[in-house]
Amino acid sequence: MTTTRAEKVRDAAYRMRHHILDMGEVQGQGYVGQALGVADLLAVTYVDQLRFRADDPHWPERDRFLLSTGHYAIALYAALAEAGTVPVTELETYGSDGSRLPMSGMASYTPGMEISGGSLGHGLTVAVGMALGLRLKGREQRVFNFLSDGELDEGSTWEAAMGAAHHQLGLLTAMVDMNALQADGPTENVLGIEPAEEKWEAAGWFTQRVDGNDIDALLAAFDAAAEQARPVGRPSVILCDTRIGRGVPLLETREKAHFMRIDEDEWQLCREQLSEGYEGAR
Amino acid sequence: MTTATKRLTTSAMIASFADPGQRTTSAPFGHALAALAERDDRIVGLTADLGKYTDMHVFAQAHPTRFFQLGMAEQLLFGAAAGMAEVGLVPFASTYSVFAARRAYDFLCLDIAEPNLNVNIVGGLPGLTTGYGPSHQATEDVAIFRGMPNLTIVDPCDSVDIEQAVPQLAAAEGPTYLRLLRGKVPTVLDEYDYTFRLGKAAVLRDGADVVFVSSGLMTMRALQAAERLARHKVDVAVVHTPTIKPFDAGTVLAEVDSDRLVVTLENHTVVGGLFETVASAVVSRGLGKRVVPIALPDEFLAAGALPTLHERYGLATDTVVTKVLGELDR
Repeated sequence: MTTTRAEKVRDAAYRMRHHILDMGEVQGQGYVGQALGVADLLAVTYVDQLRFRADDPHWPERDRFLLSTGHYAIALYAALAEAGTVPVTELETYGSDGSRLPMSGMASYTPGMEISGGSLGHGLTVAVGMALGLRLKGREQRVFNFLSDGELDEGSTWEAAMGAAHHQLGLLTAMVDMNALQADGPTENVLGIEPAEEKWEAAGWFTQRVDGNDIDALLAAFDAAAEQARPVGRPSVILCDTRIGRGVPLLETREKAHFMRIDEDEWQLCREQLSEGYEGAR
Repeated sequence: MTTATKRLTTSAMIASFADPGQRTTSAPFGHALAALAERDDRIVGLTADLGKYTDMHVFAQAHPTRFFQLGMAEQLLFGAAAGMAEVGLVPFASTYSVFAARRAYDFLCLDIAEPNLNVNIVGGLPGLTTGYGPSHQATEDVAIFRGMPNLTIVDPCDSVDIEQAVPQLAAAEGPTYLRLLRGKVPTVLDEYDYTFRLGKAAVLRDGADVVFVSSGLMTMRALQAAERLARHKVDVAVVHTPTIKPFDAGTVLAEVDSDRLVVTLENHTVVGGLFETVASAVVSRGLGKRVVPIALPDEFLAAGALPTLHERYGLATDTVVTKVLGELDR
């Protein structure tokens, strides 16, 4: 029996969620909720879509993946561990002094981390430059930028959105984590961004919106984006509605918080719930 | 009937600060960049709707496929420049200094300076080089940028400095900021035994009574003032420090450490620019030496004609001469 693409992604996402919980426990808190929410999205990217060499993060022919939301580093470390770029045994150093895995993702610390995120609204501007530069050099490499719905507040994101469409950067794909939550509360109360699809379409992007925790839907959306990716063409955005804490009912149902507090005795329960859910779905 | 005196006008966004009849060179930055790109295919040019006003249009005409118009979007301009450097290109990105320093600082700082990328920021209208008012007068750009790690800051005097600086900026590993002089730029330094060397100051002339330490267009004024002061039997040395950071304290302090009157001259607010750079070097060396600043005041400046404003705020050659004679009690 062959393993389907979706199964490969689902298994990877499951292991990544365990990595995320393990790293979260080291710190006792953190952006665990968001990371669990985007595990499926990053699993699709790293297992199914991105062209890279795990043992050679500077391989010149690689596609670029830019993590704009530096605080989601915990999720990307899980993906890099799953990919083999970062040893799984190193994850326990997350956020510790001297670690290559700081709380906020920085290129100078971690293999496979292309840019230093953290100050939001930067990633898409850098992605535009990379896509322009790679095209000038005659390369057909794709550039993926991961950003969050909160980053759609930033004017610079829309400068970049217009710039990408104007320059017809058809190999640029943005994926937006629409988790509907930002630092001060629900996105709709902080600065309403809906209707988000219409905004991206108006900016000139090939726009799709999917359930960001539905792996089949994600694969279909990424395939559709890949299908029309070409050096001169429309840039592509995939708006992914995700659920904070996805895969761990205890956290899915907890009051939504940007920086989720998890008690010491809850981590094991989280792991058990994650495993039960995964086994139950098989 | 009375004859009304015609008042000088602001005239245009970019006023010339060249003296009437002075030798000038047209668009030295644009031509130098276009020439460099002939022999270095990593060079690209970017602008944010100010190509014509930063001489980037010369490069754009010479190398249209390597020129990128980013629109009136300075955060995108510098973020994209970072992305291009990340894939191995050497971008020169131009806008006005006010927009680079005030509006896009976070992008310069985190996307360019922190990863130490070879992005060359080209800022037009540095200091008081337009009569347009505070929206366009970058009187505090050096003060803003000096605190940014990794960033090299260059304040050229004339077309010679700019032409010679461009290849050196591209060759320097990390990011640079060039205080651009554009249009018809005075040509001055070819009359001296001088070559621009990134990171180095140069003694342009010796003098027994006074030491001028200057950068940017104020080196031109310093040289003019030195000539004028000679008629008053005041012998003035001029040390030109086109690189503000890293600062060549060795060359400058060798001149400062004497019995002569020391005067700094800069096209920038007295806060956080050349004067404070020299002052901190003097104090760090333990020299108990007075330094007299000639700089713009710590205030938002008026709009008006550039000669009027340079006179009012003390950058004109006349006001420099008067100030020095006053300091010497002559």
